[in-house]
Amino acid sequence: MEMTVAQAIIKFLQEEGVEVIFGYPGGAVIGFYDALYDSSLRHVLVRHEQGAAHAADGYARASGKVGVCVATSGPGATNLVTGLATAFMDSSPVIAITGQVRTNVLGKDSFQEADITGITMPITKHNYLVKDPEKVLTVFKEAFYIATTGRKGPVLIDIPADVFMAKINYSYPSNINLPGYKPTYDPHPLQIKKAINLIKSAEKPVILAGGGVISSNASSELLKLAEKINTPVITTLMGKGAIPEDHHLYCGFLGMHGAAYANFTVNNSDLIIAVGVRFSDRSTGRVDTFAPNAKIIHIDIDPAEIGKNVSASVPIVADAKIALQRLYEEVEEKNNPNWWAQIKEWKEKYPLKYKNSDEVIKPQYVIEKIYEITKGSAIVVTEVGQNQMWAAQFYKVKYPRQFITSGGLGTMGFGLPAAIGAQIANPDKLVIDIAGDGSIQMNIQELATAVCQKLPIKIFILNNSCLGMVRQWQELFYRKRYSCTLFDFAPDFVKLASAYGIYGRRVEKPSEVEDAIYWALEKNDAPTIIDFKVVREENVFPMVPAGGSIDKMMID
Amino acid sequence: MKHTLSLLVENKPGVLARIAGLFSRRGYNIESLAVNTTESSEISRITLVVDGDEKVLEQITKQLYKLIVVLKVNDFTDVPVVERELALIRVNSDTNNRRAIIDLVEIFRASIVDVSERELIIEITGDSEKIDAFVKNLEPYGIKEMVRTGKIVMPRGMRLNSK
Ligand SMILES: Cc1ncc(C[n+]2csc(CCOP(=O)(O)OP(=O)(O)O)c2C)c(N)n1
Repeated sequence: MEMTVAQAIIKFLQEEGVEVIFGYPGGAVIGFYDALYDSSLRHVLVRHEQGAAHAADGYARASGKVGVCVATSGPGATNLVTGLATAFMDSSPVIAITGQVRTNVLGKDSFQEADITGITMPITKHNYLVKDPEKVLTVFKEAFYIATTGRKGPVLIDIPADVFMAKINYSYPSNINLPGYKPTYDPHPLQIKKAINLIKSAEKPVILAGGGVISSNASSELLKLAEKINTPVITTLMGKGAIPEDHHLYCGFLGMHGAAYANFTVNNSDLIIAVGVRFSDRSTGRVDTFAPNAKIIHIDIDPAEIGKNVSASVPIVADAKIALQRLYEEVEEKNNPNWWAQIKEWKEKYPLKYKNSDEVIKPQYVIEKIYEITKGSAIVVTEVGQNQMWAAQFYKVKYPRQFITSGGLGTMGFGLPAAIGAQIANPDKLVIDIAGDGSIQMNIQELATAVCQKLPIKIFILNNSCLGMVRQWQELFYRKRYSCTLFDFAPDFVKLASAYGIYGRRVEKPSEVEDAIYWALEKNDAPTIIDFKVVREENVFPMVPAGGSIDKMMID
Repeated sequence: MKHTLSLLVENKPGVLARIAGLFSRRGYNIESLAVNTTESSEISRITLVVDGDEKVLEQITKQLYKLIVVLKVNDFTDVPVVERELALIRVNSDTNNRRAIIDLVEIFRASIVDVSERELIIEITGDSEKIDAFVKNLEPYGIKEMVRTGKIVMPRGMRLNSK
């Protein structure tokens, strides 16, 4: 069947199972949007292309499917950059389609030309500039394959405006040929054997679960293994949700603002079974003092992660789900009572805590109440900063893909658009964006998108009138020289809500917190903003100072 | 320690940028680089020399393999190889010293490819040490300009040690 490349792309997306794309039109993609006009594909019009990339990313994280975003050439494409970098750092499968100037003016600094493949080379898993209309569909097939297999990640496809309009014969490209790309899924049996021996002789083992567990849907395999060997499970920030956090084997998340007992457990262990983690500096702290007595079994689908930051005794390049299943089948049951006694002591001695107050609202209290009232069932998306860390500490997640946060890049402005993606992926679930008053202003224009799409996202702003996390560092390490972190102006978020025609409420007393949350949960037809005026001086503890050992924490 | 890596990559636009970009953003330095097509027009070979210990090399290799366009990475460091570089050298030369330079050229099996009143252009191929030695011997006459290619290598005998 003959059709334009634009029509063919839309047909391909539908055949590939794509239901929604997030985008913003412009000159170079008019052809694509014209084809979209006749199609049944759902298009979500964002208000800034960064929002499109984050929304596609949030959709991908929440659903496990590919998230697709579209932008025009030049400024449209460059606006995607932060979103793509965010997706890249957290291994999220996103496809970005960008328009490019016409092939006959390409490379001439033409109007709205930017070398987006050059720009995004280091922040995409792969990218393409497709000048030949005949190759577009094959490229799309390859892009989907690359984005969703192995270590997942964003792929960008740049298409000149005239290529969109060229005529081709549609046929679904069933074959792809990528000789340089062969992800390994099955673990090497010898390494599994070595791992089994290490597990057998370990006296203080821990399982460290990261984002890879979630992305390979390996939670039930993880839990089965952990239960069989009765081993504490600690997650990274990205691994939150890999195991239900009310499970008796769960021991918190580790790292800079992780639970003290999690950090102690990891650092005193003699064996770390690390699954789908990349040993980020935020998790390990100072590497040369990280878990000094531990052997490490490192399971990762990306061979380059093994040995990159810490060296592994047993490297297992494999899909987490398959590797965990193998370990489960071959491992013997075991028990580590002394180890558990020690962990229990740490848990009792160093719980996550804060001093509550009757007069001022403590941000941690707000999160605790949100957790209680939603019974731990909501999809929680966060912005970045203190709000993110308190959400991670006090919202106990129960299932994978429930906690969505920018772990690797730490992107302020991620939360609202990612929540839009998450809500679209899960129309029947409660989606909450835990925000800071700084972060929410970074992509606040996406409120309009949420309104148009009738998404009942709850935006809970922990409003401390400052860039809290940076203020905290200045307080602790820069002699309280609060350079540019205390806001002396704030928009009225309640009036802002009303400007967008949605629900808004301000909460200034601890006694009103619960009522306001219940109030927000009742609103099912539009976004709701609650502006919680929280105390400015509150800090996130525990805290491992940057570059310090993870067992040397400032506890409060 | 210096390592000679030989990569087979897809012969597509932007491939060199991907590889060069990987090196620069991860803080590895390329000391020498040579690129051209192979016996297959769809595949190019990139030979590069990098400095680093085993750990660095392992990481470089793994990161290279992550690039979709990279087909094969061979480390030829401890493998017997035929190794070549080519240099063109413009050297001062007048009638007084011309004979001496010609002798040197013969000893090194180089060749004179251009002659003018005050200078010669000499072409030499060989491994880096040979070229270095030749250059050293020419220096007293005054080298005015020199261009050297990157190093290319090919393993001797049968194919060995591919990672
Ligand atoms: C795009 C971007 N710019 C700057 C930063 C640096 N940064 C990290 S946390 C933070 C403060 C965040 O403030 P807010 O959103 O109000 O959250 P809070 O820490 O107060 O909860 C800043 C500026 C960042 N992470 N992302």
